[in-house]
Amino acid sequence: MATPIKTLKEIPREELFTPGHRLCAGCGIPQLVRMVLKAIPGPKVIVNATGCLEVATTIYPYTSWKVPWVHNAFENVAATAAGIEAAFKALEKKRGVKRPKIIALAGDGGTFDIGLQALSGALERGHDMIFICYDNEAYMNTGIQRSGATPRGAATTTTPAGSVVPGKIERKKDLMGIAISHGVRYAATMNPAYPVDMYNKIVKAASVEGPTVLHYFCPCPTGWRFDTAKSIEVSRLAVQTRYWPLYEYEDGTYRINVVVRNPRPLEDFLKLQGRFAHLLRPENKHILEQLKRDVEENWNRLMKLAGLS
Amino acid sequence: MSVRPLSWRELPAAPVITEAGSALRYKTGSWRALRPVIDRGKCIKCLLCWVYCPEPAIIRGEDDGVEVDYDYCKGCGICANECPVKAISMVEEG
Repeated sequence: MATPIKTLKEIPREELFTPGHRLCAGCGIPQLVRMVLKAIPGPKVIVNATGCLEVATTIYPYTSWKVPWVHNAFENVAATAAGIEAAFKALEKKRGVKRPKIIALAGDGGTFDIGLQALSGALERGHDMIFICYDNEAYMNTGIQRSGATPRGAATTTTPAGSVVPGKIERKKDLMGIAISHGVRYAATMNPAYPVDMYNKIVKAASVEGPTVLHYFCPCPTGWRFDTAKSIEVSRLAVQTRYWPLYEYEDGTYRINVVVRNPRPLEDFLKLQGRFAHLLRPENKHILEQLKRDVEENWNRLMKLAGLS
Repeated sequence: MSVRPLSWRELPAAPVITEAGSALRYKTGSWRALRPVIDRGKCIKCLLCWVYCPEPAIIRGEDDGVEVDYDYCKGCGICANECPVKAISMVEEG
């Protein structure tokens, strides 16, 4: 496997994702896509579920992609990727065609909810592919509806914060846990404010034979209601408050990549975002406390798994 | 749109785009209300703006110096917010 990079200067210059796409100003998805296309050299196929990325980068007759790219529905991106992988395996056997890297990209809707069954099937069958979820914690493309990835307390258009219900009352699903319990050899979380870490994780995922899962924190100025300039700042705070632990699972071992010894108060992350504004009011203290417990429990669980506590 | 409209007989069976990166013909610079201006004297060539730009509309030069591509920059302001030496300022368009 390639040696991990240490500086931004080592990231290749070539851009296989062009500007001219219609993603919102300040969107957090392209930082992921650019890094994926840079970190995985050679032939590759992108399989894209329905979602912001698909809709905004391929408005006919325009495309931002300079690599083979195929769209399928919310529910079957992993099945499509699996089929492409199987077809290339057959071509490799029969005609000696070099197999490209198969990369599935889906939002949280296409991963946590609608696409989960196809993902589970593909992971269980063991297809050689990288599945990447860009998680902006709600259905942003269709109008900010709550998903299984929306955190407790967040206001969305289907869980508006009112006087009776203070935003979403349920806890966020554990996607990494779901992936790992399928027996994948490699899974990792990523964050745009940590580009070197992200680059190395993509390289690692691509070097593993079989399915791997990458879970990317995707800031969304439109859906989370913050200033477009703050996308990376919000992302960094997600790590510094332990809201989004950066960790990886590799052949049975857990490693926390950024061990946050002295976390910033969770409020520092919440107060920048309109979706959490109501949590800072005294009448919603109980849900804020619950969200803090979610974050703390998750961190303590990971520290234990990583053998650090 | 710069493409000649096709009749239904000429349309492909599925929407296939055969020109890679054709979105380059769609200039998103008109979305911008604030324009990032780089002070090259202050720039330390750290490449953070290049990595964080969502378009990408920051051009990385041979010497790792950077320039803004105003054809596509939407003016989000991430580059100015993240620049560690405050070499980028956002100024009003118009």
